[in-house]
Amino acid sequence: MNALVREPPVHVDNALLGLRPMSARQALEVHIRAERFSVFYGDVEAVREVSLVIPRRQITAIIGPSGCGKSTLLRAINRMNDLIPHCRTKGQLLLDGVDIYDPRLDVVALRRRVGMVFQKPNPFPKSVFDNVAYGPRLHGGLTRGELAEVVETSLRRAGLWDEVKDRLRMNALRLSGGQQQRLCIARALAVAPEVILMDEPTSALDPRATAHIEELLAQLRRDYTVVIVTHNMQQAARVSDFTAFLYEGRLIEHGPTARIFTAPEKTQTQDYITGRFG
Amino acid sequence: MQLSMRRLLDKAFAGTGVVSLVLLGAALLAVLAPIAWRGAGAFVFRATIEHRRLMLAMFSRGNPAEVEAAVARTRAAREPVYKMIADFEAQLAAGDPAQRHKYAKPLRELKARLRDLFGPFPGEPRPVLMRDQYGQTRWDRARVKLHRVLFREEYDYSDPTQWGRKVLRPRQEEFQGTAVEPLFAYLQAHAEEMFEPRWTLYWRFFLDESRDAHFFGGIGAEVLGTFYLALGAMLVAVPVGVAAAVYFTEYAGGHPLVGLLRTFISTLAGVPSIVFGLFGLAFFINTAGVSRSKSVLAGSLTLGLLVLPMIIRATEEALRAVPWTYKEAALSLGAGRGRVVATVLLPAALPGILTGVILALGRAAGETAPIIFTAAVSVGKPLHVWQTLSQPTPALSWNIYNLATEHAAADEIRHVQYGMVLALVLIVLLLNVAAIVLRGRLDRRLRG
Repeated sequence: MNALVREPPVHVDNALLGLRPMSARQALEVHIRAERFSVFYGDVEAVREVSLVIPRRQITAIIGPSGCGKSTLLRAINRMNDLIPHCRTKGQLLLDGVDIYDPRLDVVALRRRVGMVFQKPNPFPKSVFDNVAYGPRLHGGLTRGELAEVVETSLRRAGLWDEVKDRLRMNALRLSGGQQQRLCIARALAVAPEVILMDEPTSALDPRATAHIEELLAQLRRDYTVVIVTHNMQQAARVSDFTAFLYEGRLIEHGPTARIFTAPEKTQTQDYITGRFG
Repeated sequence: MQLSMRRLLDKAFAGTGVVSLVLLGAALLAVLAPIAWRGAGAFVFRATIEHRRLMLAMFSRGNPAEVEAAVARTRAAREPVYKMIADFEAQLAAGDPAQRHKYAKPLRELKARLRDLFGPFPGEPRPVLMRDQYGQTRWDRARVKLHRVLFREEYDYSDPTQWGRKVLRPRQEEFQGTAVEPLFAYLQAHAEEMFEPRWTLYWRFFLDESRDAHFFGGIGAEVLGTFYLALGAMLVAVPVGVAAAVYFTEYAGGHPLVGLLRTFISTLAGVPSIVFGLFGLAFFINTAGVSRSKSVLAGSLTLGLLVLPMIIRATEEALRAVPWTYKEAALSLGAGRGRVVATVLLPAALPGILTGVILALGRAAGETAPIIFTAAVSVGKPLHVWQTLSQPTPALSWNIYNLATEHAAADEIRHVQYGMVLALVLIVLLLNVAAIVLRGRLDRRLRG
């Protein structure tokens, strides 16, 4: 009962994503769906009745001014908000049709499927190898060789392998900030998640490291559903396929990135992306 | 504010800091220097032939042939003393009963003082106590005893308005004109020949068992007992304390009962240690019956309880200091609560926990009151590990007090007492240094 039950793929109603019916774009599967989903911190409603669809194997960016609830929404997807006392939710948040907030749901299994990369690189004070191997070891059942293989594959995917292959035993905290963040991505990938949540993954990095991560994102998109929260509008425009604009906890507008940035329907969106506030 | 004024204030603050540091250093020196100096006297001293004889007989150390030769030489040097006394006694026995009566008491006293100095007279039956079987083993003590042979201590009460004054009266006066009179000059002139004092490093002092209630030998049983008690206390306190701290920081919510429990633990830290001792006796020995009487086990349990709040506090602080991001990272990878604690929080908190543990170890090693009722005896043999479950042990902290106040001959064996103080200070100091070094290494590993 604890395992999440997979439902047959549900195709996205193109109208929901704001795609024109005539679009040549092939039909996308729904991966995560929010239905009038709200998050409260005590009496404060941080996310207000958001309804949103996140398609599979696409990059969805959540943008909005500080305190608009975009991080809260992101963290709700793998229930990281559970750690905060007096935090509760209303409405539904579905992963493959299963309610993430179902009390019978195994949170640990959920977090295996939904990995996360944080704002500040947060490798463990362990070796590079142990960092990446942390998740696989938790879930067990791998031989030494298999583990090494998983570590290598994950590091390769995160574009870090060539830089660290000779110093896997080195303490991860001695890597540069950008390398640390890619290590964190590799660590998340090593658990083989379906979804990767990224909470402003480049805000603590310099432009060069940022560019590196953005390239990486473009590659990851083929295999993972990525949800990224960012303050950097250019970044959202560059890397994402879909963009959701949140303001004061409400979803103002959601659609293909190209359209949001070129022809937003709401004036608030227009104002925000042109830098008039936020 | 004026710039010059600000500069002045800055200097004043810096100056205060420097002065307090200097004062602290001086205070530390004032405490440690005498301990080091006097404690060193326990194992670096001028040992007499009696010491070497004793070592050979009790611990089979030293070159037997060499010791035999030295014993023969010193015996030859002492021979005239015994001869003079024997001659005088023979004279008295043959002579006037009034003379015999007059010299009976001074002679008895002189012989007693000589026995203190040299051990039993040749041909006398072997005394029961080991302390009476040998002469003075340390040259400094031999000098004191020699002085008592040469002079009689008296108090002069002739002036009723004054306290009695100590007067030293040469014994030679008592024996003026007798066959014993030259004995005193002989003793003074040939003291070194009769003892052959030699500078000795007796490092085994820290390891040897004591003989005849610390008159001879070392403090091995005390050192070992201290280690047993302190380590035993850690075996009790560390698992319980770390578990409690993990519970408090990770599992316990803000329930009022938890707050109450915390308050209790803080209170526990403020309970006087003698109360812990009584509790240990009443609970562990009399009620729970962990042992029939005092034992290392009961003492360890009591000490463990005493340091428990320290361990809990240190661990809690260390756990709280672990960056939140580590925990988040572990959780996001699908680690359960227990796994987060075991794989991320505890390893990252280890330096802090370890520091707390080693400081607690120092505290446990030095505590006296809790073990008086539960574990400590004044004299005992070093224990084997399995004996700690049922046997009491001597321990440094208790024996320092015991030797200073309750020992029958506290003044004779001050050096042993100082040696114990030095050993205890060294143990605690070493533990602290170990804590600093270990913490530094772990920190470096964690910081990368």
